[in-house]
Amino acid sequence: MLPQRVARLRRLALIGLVGALAVAMSACASERGSGGGANDTFVFGAAGAPKNFDPIFNDDGESFRPARQMFDTLVTYKPGTTQLVGDLATAWTPSPDGKTWTFTLRQGVKFHDGTPFNAAAVCFNFDRWYNMKGAAAQSQMIYYGDVFEGFAKNEGDATGDPVYKSCQAKDDYTAVLNLNKAKGAFPDAFGLTSLSISSPDALKKYNADNVTQSGDSFTYPEYANDHPTGTGPYKFESYDKTNKTITLVRNDDYWGDKAKTAKLIFKIIEDENARKQELAAGTIDGYDFPSPADYASLKDAGNQVLIRPAFNILYLGINQKNNPKLGDVRVRKAIEYAINKDQLAKNKLPSGAYAQTQFLPNNVPGYTDAVEKHSYDPSQAKTLLQQAGATGLTLNFYVPTEVTRPYMPNPVDIGGAIADDLKAVGINVNIVQEPWNGGYKDDVQKAGKQDIHLLGWTGDYADAGNFVGTFFGRQKAEFGFNDPTVFTALSNADAQVTPEAKKAAYEQASVAISQYVPAVPLTSSPPAIVVKSTIHNLIPTPLTDERFYTVTKG
Amino acid sequence: MLRFIIRRLLQAVPTLLVLSILVFAWLRLLPGGPAGALLGDKATPQKLADLNHLLGLDQPIFIQYFKFLGRVVTGNFGSSLISGDSVLAEVGRSFPATIELSFFALVLAIAFGIPLGYVAARFHGRLLDNATVLTTLIGVAVPVFFFGVLLKYVFAQKLGILPPSGRQDVTIDATHITGFFTLDGLLTGEFDAFWDAVKHLILPAIALASIPFAVIVRITRASVLDVQQEDFVRTAESKGLTTPVIRRRHILRNALLPVSTTIGLQTGLLLAGAVLTEKVFNIPGLGYLLAQGIERRDYPRLQGLLLLAALVYVLVNLLVDISYAIIDPRVRVR
Repeated sequence: MLPQRVARLRRLALIGLVGALAVAMSACASERGSGGGANDTFVFGAAGAPKNFDPIFNDDGESFRPARQMFDTLVTYKPGTTQLVGDLATAWTPSPDGKTWTFTLRQGVKFHDGTPFNAAAVCFNFDRWYNMKGAAAQSQMIYYGDVFEGFAKNEGDATGDPVYKSCQAKDDYTAVLNLNKAKGAFPDAFGLTSLSISSPDALKKYNADNVTQSGDSFTYPEYANDHPTGTGPYKFESYDKTNKTITLVRNDDYWGDKAKTAKLIFKIIEDENARKQELAAGTIDGYDFPSPADYASLKDAGNQVLIRPAFNILYLGINQKNNPKLGDVRVRKAIEYAINKDQLAKNKLPSGAYAQTQFLPNNVPGYTDAVEKHSYDPSQAKTLLQQAGATGLTLNFYVPTEVTRPYMPNPVDIGGAIADDLKAVGINVNIVQEPWNGGYKDDVQKAGKQDIHLLGWTGDYADAGNFVGTFFGRQKAEFGFNDPTVFTALSNADAQVTPEAKKAAYEQASVAISQYVPAVPLTSSPPAIVVKSTIHNLIPTPLTDERFYTVTKG
Repeated sequence: MLRFIIRRLLQAVPTLLVLSILVFAWLRLLPGGPAGALLGDKATPQKLADLNHLLGLDQPIFIQYFKFLGRVVTGNFGSSLISGDSVLAEVGRSFPATIELSFFALVLAIAFGIPLGYVAARFHGRLLDNATVLTTLIGVAVPVFFFGVLLKYVFAQKLGILPPSGRQDVTIDATHITGFFTLDGLLTGEFDAFWDAVKHLILPAIALASIPFAVIVRITRASVLDVQQEDFVRTAESKGLTTPVIRRRHILRNALLPVSTTIGLQTGLLLAGAVLTEKVFNIPGLGYLLAQGIERRDYPRLQGLLLLAALVYVLVNLLVDISYAIIDPRVRVR
């Protein structure tokens, strides 16, 4: 009896379920849009999810990539180069003291919400950044903090005096920016994606400044999550977190050449191997930073591996604090002489990588041949070690794991090769491997536990200060030295206003650094971007800041 | 009865408290921290220290813990440092992907496991049986992630007949209502989207099903072999029942009892296997959230996920205990 009753109940439940489903089906009409054809949609495999879409609160490449398609900046870099060209500004002129910048703005530009772009909008953005309130919001403005040093009221980690003073809309298309001091990073830094110009109306409407922090987490406002509004060639459509896709659509009112594809989709695929497989399966059209080991197979499969000009530095850091021998410049030079950088560039880095003599890529003003070179010479290394009484030196060599960076595709391999070179001249090397996100950066940059370590940097713009200034501009636990000659040379270079004076000052700084050897510059390597053979007009750029509106398919 | 339930609920509180302490302490014992992962390449020691201060991570661990507990009691699990979304919203969003995948895997395992186990038993000791035993041995022995990678390589990369990863083709522009993509396709009548979602499920579901499939085959086989020796089967034969009727009604039905228990146990394990499968197939489910959270040291997300998982586990156990108590009143007084 009981089984029969259960069976009857089951039948009833099934009928009910089918009924409910039928009602639901009738209620849920399809909401899908028309969409573009396969040739009208460019699908790019992103390596990670963006933090949000408000450029000012971001500092990483995966957040910047979609932002760059939706926003414009005052100035930008000519595709394929680091050369500055106009974007929302057609001209930019500094005052002789470098404290005032006058921007002539492009006319007839509209934000995605239909409001006009003008000088008032530019000043609104600069004022917004400067007056940003709350430690949470300020702590997320990494690039603003770096470039402008401080806020109207410092609440987060910025402790400096603000560089920014005020902005005046002289007329509709002339914006005048007043600074408290000249800074060498300008005008290049005005092209940073973080400093993209947003629609003032949208910023206000969607409460853009409302970054909050509760306990150990942050929340971002509606503007940053769902309503980024710029003037760029693509407009934001959706971010589908259940399918890990960001969809942008063509801005038909764009002031420049209209985007060639109606849709631009970023598919987030964290695993590099998975990106490669998706490309092979044809479900994405391209992805960034393919592993150099895959270049050949990717090309064999008919893809284009587009090599960017190198714009990064890989260095072997030397911490002078823990081992007194490293305070002796002869020992530091010996380490540099011991390393076969050419071999490293050839065997461990992608094709096009080159051995470095200084801490600047060769396309940045300030790079000079006048630096003191310590090319591979093991016998010279041994002699110097002997002279310094440092034979039998033992060094703790920190090497990161679980990480790939454009300047070091495989740090463990690179670290192994360097350790072999050092051992060959009699230095005992104790390799300490640590995961990149598992304490490596804390130990190396904050605690300074290492004697030597691997690290690098990708430039944000073509200013030498962005490289050498970042490394050696002040005393750091990472390097553990305090040398006024180097610090002064760098601060002097940063204060130069004219490009010629700046170049000369950084050349001088580069020479001073090469004599002091605070670390060993190893290589600069060109990261690649890979696309299918059917993709055209994607211009790879050294700053890895490609804009996709020129891309055609088919 | 009510007293029993209240007593068990009160007993669950210290369990959860201890678990929360373990989760909290474990996360903070991991080297590295969220500040380094959040700030990326541009991190400076000053910025790291300030961010740690802002997030309260420089406070003594017990103070951090009590603050955390205070928030959790009010239902606030915090927001993920990676996505900025509340942890509860993330879980709600990712849940359907995991359930959909696990459900498909289970259906596959049952649909193929039971018949194969039965057939193997029927041909006991012959080639088919031996081949089945060997296959299931491999199914249990091969790690899920390796099998997943292998499937991807063959069916997606080499043959190109199935998509390698994800939940749905990004160019399809499907409407999502419930978050269960296959169900959404049916509900909205977007059958191309439904079919695409099914195609995306095939490889991960096979990978995930490999272990439960093997277990089900073996249990079914063993159980059928057992049952066909039973007296009642002989009785049925002597009554003159036809072989198909004996097989269906007397052997299979009785043999399925231990199989159904096994399926229940395997369902729990499926969710654990989903963590690896989701990572391999880039499926944004709960396992994926967990893996990414560990990689990036996303404390709020991990705390929330692990505690919610623990809570569910404790509640399920509680329900089981209560059901025992209903079935067998003696349990209540023990």
